[in-house]
Amino acid sequence: MTAYIIRRLLQLPLTMLGVTLLIFAMLQLLTPVERSALYVPSIPHNEGAIDAIIAKYGLDDPFYIQYWRWLVGHKDRNTGEVEGGVLRGDLGFSRSGRQDVIDMIAQRLPATVEMALWSAFPIIGIGIWLGVISAINHNKPIDQIIRVFTTIGWSFPTFVFGLLVLLVFYTKLGWFPPGRLSDSINVVVTSPDFHRYTQLNTVDGLLNGRMDVFWDALRHLVLPILTLSYVVWARILRVTRSSMLETLRQDYLRTARAKGLSEKIVVYRHAFRNALLPVITIGGSMVVGLLDGTVVTEVIFNYPGMGSATARAASSLDATAVLAFVLFGGMVLTVANLIVDILYAMVDPRIRLT
Amino acid sequence: MNKTVPNENKPQFKGTPGANLRELGKLEATIGPEWARLVRGVFTNPLSIVGLILVSSFILIATFAPVLAPPLDALGDPYLIPRDGYSPEPKPPGTVWQRDIPPIPFWYTAVTGNEQWVHLLGTTSGQFDIYYGIVWGTRTALFVGVFITAVTVVIGLFVGAVSAYYGGWLDDLLMRITEIFMAFPFLLAALTLSAILVPLFGRGIWPATIALVCFGWMTYARVLRAEILSAKERDYALAARVLGAKDSRILARHIVPNAIYPILVLASMRVGDYVLSFAALSFLGVGTDIGYADWGQIVSFARDWILSLDIHWYIIVYPGIALLLFGLGWNLIGDALRDILDPRLRKGN
Repeated sequence: MTAYIIRRLLQLPLTMLGVTLLIFAMLQLLTPVERSALYVPSIPHNEGAIDAIIAKYGLDDPFYIQYWRWLVGHKDRNTGEVEGGVLRGDLGFSRSGRQDVIDMIAQRLPATVEMALWSAFPIIGIGIWLGVISAINHNKPIDQIIRVFTTIGWSFPTFVFGLLVLLVFYTKLGWFPPGRLSDSINVVVTSPDFHRYTQLNTVDGLLNGRMDVFWDALRHLVLPILTLSYVVWARILRVTRSSMLETLRQDYLRTARAKGLSEKIVVYRHAFRNALLPVITIGGSMVVGLLDGTVVTEVIFNYPGMGSATARAASSLDATAVLAFVLFGGMVLTVANLIVDILYAMVDPRIRLT
Repeated sequence: MNKTVPNENKPQFKGTPGANLRELGKLEATIGPEWARLVRGVFTNPLSIVGLILVSSFILIATFAPVLAPPLDALGDPYLIPRDGYSPEPKPPGTVWQRDIPPIPFWYTAVTGNEQWVHLLGTTSGQFDIYYGIVWGTRTALFVGVFITAVTVVIGLFVGAVSAYYGGWLDDLLMRITEIFMAFPFLLAALTLSAILVPLFGRGIWPATIALVCFGWMTYARVLRAEILSAKERDYALAARVLGAKDSRILARHIVPNAIYPILVLASMRVGDYVLSFAALSFLGVGTDIGYADWGQIVSFARDWILSLDIHWYIIVYPGIALLLFGLGWNLIGDALRDILDPRLRKGN
């Protein structure tokens, strides 16, 4: 087990290296002028100044020199001052957001984390529950209904479903507004008496004992969560359902039934736990679904997170910023995949042998 | 609809066994046993029939686009949606065309008894005709979906085949590269690449299409590699080698045709996904230009009208339905194929 984890951990830097190489390769599709956003906030208008920047930061140098510089930063020969450098956490400047990309991530990440964390509950909980219901009612009407319902969700483009949900629950009914907080609550949250422990509005609201903040934050999260969940339920349902069906046919369950255990205990105590194992394997693709989903969802619900920042950077062709965001997304996914693999090895001993 | 598990209760073969045998024999004789099983399965499952109907309807709409919504010659390119003025306020279905009226289709007056060409499904902000956009957008969707699928499958086939057949360091290298491409969230990566490609290619279908191809081939490569690795050890591959066939011939004539089935399922399931992703990229502003006949582009106008969506519902509902039905059609077919090719189902029969 330890050997497996160590081996898997050793692969991590290699994958990360590959991820940075691919990002850098995409960066090379940009002109040197566009790449100057890695070091300077705005492109000067006169030609001489542009050339000076290109010469200063060596944006014309061979790619391996540029790659190294991109990783560790550019050191000024005279002053010894270091600028840029992904490894130093300097991801360049976002011209669409008018600030350093790393500050932008720090500012907007909590909002996205909050949305993703809350979405995880219905996605996993209801997704698995639907899968189990579907499996124990194999080919009965309820199974068919659940599967048609989730297949429709899977075929729905996130943005269309999000807009429809907004049409019904906001424009028509006025129940759940877009955005992250109401104006009145935003005043409370930014006031000095309110401690920002985690930057997550719901959690901070609870920690400060302000239920109004908690409810307001949650009210703004309902529609994004619903949107994110509905479009990915099909995937988790499918895995749970087929794994559950497979498990239910095993001999040990026949034994359990034969010795007179109630169907409930057979299903939930004996079958359920084993059937859950394969569900862990789609953890990685769930993270992909969330990362991709938040981009579109945040745009539709006008939610100030990483996703909407990425979408804005992309639509204004702020390439260095989008690349920085996708680098971040790649890192998150790589770590998530590592966790999934280790988790799976922990619960399923067969994996460690390979 | 039946996803991965054998469905013993449903009759897979209708009629008497004898009749089936004859029919099967005829089908098998023409297209081979594996294909016969596929065709037969797809045409006997009610849900995949719905899928087939949906997809063929879209193909018909795309084919007859010039008849359904005749283009305005003055615009030159039929993929540019004709616009009725420039007012930002969307107009509801049934509004009469005022300016730059495209030719009225011949069936229109006969069917409706109306002499005036109206905006059948309303107009978006900027007065682009939604009906025209949906009809011609079908062509865009089909082209993009089929093109991306075809190119990614070819890339995947190539990488997977080379990797599996030659093995060694080449295999290691190719698989590491595949893993790196898979280390990115699909849509996010495509969004990024598309944003980078827009200045190089200009706005249009190509930046988003190329971006989706770049980050879409990996599954095929991996699945094919796994299939080939198992097929490589089979007797027929060894026999071919004993007979002195060249590697490339064994690969192309013996191994790939046997390993193609899982790729086929994956591909058919992905056509819908690719089109939805493409639409999402257009919606996010890195796809086609404003006014291009593309479903995601039409929906993107709705972003400015969220407060009055209850009045202007038609700007998302109609293009949304088109996207949903398109995705659903391909997914239903893919689901049925997956059932048919699932080895566990074969045991059931």
